[in-house]
Amino acid sequence: MSVRAKTAIVGASETTRIGVVPDMSALEMHAESARLAVADAGMKLSDIDGVAAAGLSPVAVAHYLGIDPTYVDATTVGGCSFLLHVRHAAAAITAGLCEVVLITHGESGRSRVGMPPRVADPSSPQGQFEAPYGTLGPPTMFPMGVLRYMKEFGLTHEQLASVAVAQRKWAANVPRAMFREPLSVEDVLASRLIAYPMHLLECCLVTDGGGALVVTSAERARSMPGPKPPVYVLGTGEASETPMVSMMEDFTTSKAFRLSSASAFAEARFGPSDVNHLMVYDAFAHLPIYGLEDLGFVGRGEAGAFIAEGHTSPGGRLPLNTNGGGLSYTHTGMYGMFLVQESVRQLRKEASAQVPNVEISLAQGVGGMFAAAGTLILGTAAAAGV
Amino acid sequence: MSPPAEDHSHKPAPKPTPETEHYWEGTKIGELRLQRCNACGQAYFYPRPSCPHCSSIDVSWERATGQARLHTYLISHRPAPGFADEVPYAIAVVELEEGPRMMTNIVGVEITPETLVLDMPLEVAFETRGEQCVPVFRPRSAS
Repeated sequence: MSVRAKTAIVGASETTRIGVVPDMSALEMHAESARLAVADAGMKLSDIDGVAAAGLSPVAVAHYLGIDPTYVDATTVGGCSFLLHVRHAAAAITAGLCEVVLITHGESGRSRVGMPPRVADPSSPQGQFEAPYGTLGPPTMFPMGVLRYMKEFGLTHEQLASVAVAQRKWAANVPRAMFREPLSVEDVLASRLIAYPMHLLECCLVTDGGGALVVTSAERARSMPGPKPPVYVLGTGEASETPMVSMMEDFTTSKAFRLSSASAFAEARFGPSDVNHLMVYDAFAHLPIYGLEDLGFVGRGEAGAFIAEGHTSPGGRLPLNTNGGGLSYTHTGMYGMFLVQESVRQLRKEASAQVPNVEISLAQGVGGMFAAAGTLILGTAAAAGV
Repeated sequence: MSPPAEDHSHKPAPKPTPETEHYWEGTKIGELRLQRCNACGQAYFYPRPSCPHCSSIDVSWERATGQARLHTYLISHRPAPGFADEVPYAIAVVELEEGPRMMTNIVGVEITPETLVLDMPLEVAFETRGEQCVPVFRPRSAS
């Protein structure tokens, strides 16, 4: 059974403000984006019968908003969780478990208002086998494979830096992006080293913000149309590999990316060449490189040159991370919600850096340090054939 | 085999569980211990009672040679708690002679991209962390 074109995203919104928002708690960022997304769908909160959230409990979000859901999804596998929520919502709606699912994200990643404390557990596998070696957040773990990739495939430091440069070109046209000034490869390589080989400008931002989505059946989207064109869920995938980056099977490729995207392409009955617009979670500059290869957009070892040559930049043949990405737009911590928001905007033709003729958009999320992955292939009514 | 472990008790220490206790008992006496599956013959890390390759629970412990190669690494320029005196320090993944890989620190060598060459030979050493002892790796001594 497939959920291809059975459901659609009919409401989507980010919080009014993103970036530095010290006057809002994480919970209120879930709630504000929820209210905006429900209004965007032309619905009321009373229409919602399913709630999904990560970071904070969907129980907390539902109660705060005054919703009594009969479908709850607290899947929390890192920044890609919201893509999994869409997949699960599509399955649940198709199976008749619920009709309208609200998916929320809110994170005070920068200001840390109303955020659960970070807790290290020295008895967990990570606490025993990684933390003793001085890991300090994602910069000391996520890029662990980059030097191996460089040795195997000849990726240069300049090509790696060009990922940040390409995304800054998109951000220049996005008023909500945190960083918009032009950037050169030399600028990136002159920024301070955080964890060699990664410089500051090859690491994502840390911001506040939130976003929410409303998913319902394609049938309801047709019979009770909202103000915006539905964005159809055409292909979905999810996968996990390892909770510890040091246990990756191959440091030059993400198994979770490969498994998750293969599932989504098979369900959508599309291949990479059908995709007009691509979002790949970019917590660090190497992720789009891994993503382009693991999803099959380019061959192994080709992604660095592909990006450096401008093929993913404005005017290029594969528009990638058109909001500026986690490197330039925003990165709250669990950034995946913003991938889907930009895919929806592009398919609705309402993006700041709008790409012409987008019919099929793919969003590829990562969770943890290549721990998990989620893939969504989204499309217009024409692409869905409805 | 091993010289006395250096004391690094200001750095984070692991807290063993019943499933990993035998591993951490080994490091205290200068032994790096691995599990090997008696069904499929493969060695594996991290410690757990079933083989991740074939799911057999017929597994046994063995002492690793401590010989390894530098598989990949990064150099952290920001100190984690306990690492203030060591910035920049290398967080690495080494491939043991028996096959499995593990995270570790590289010690006994200047930490630069030029001195740390992928696939260079390494050997295990141990650092004391309070009541625990953790394996680290240094360039293999010429012998």
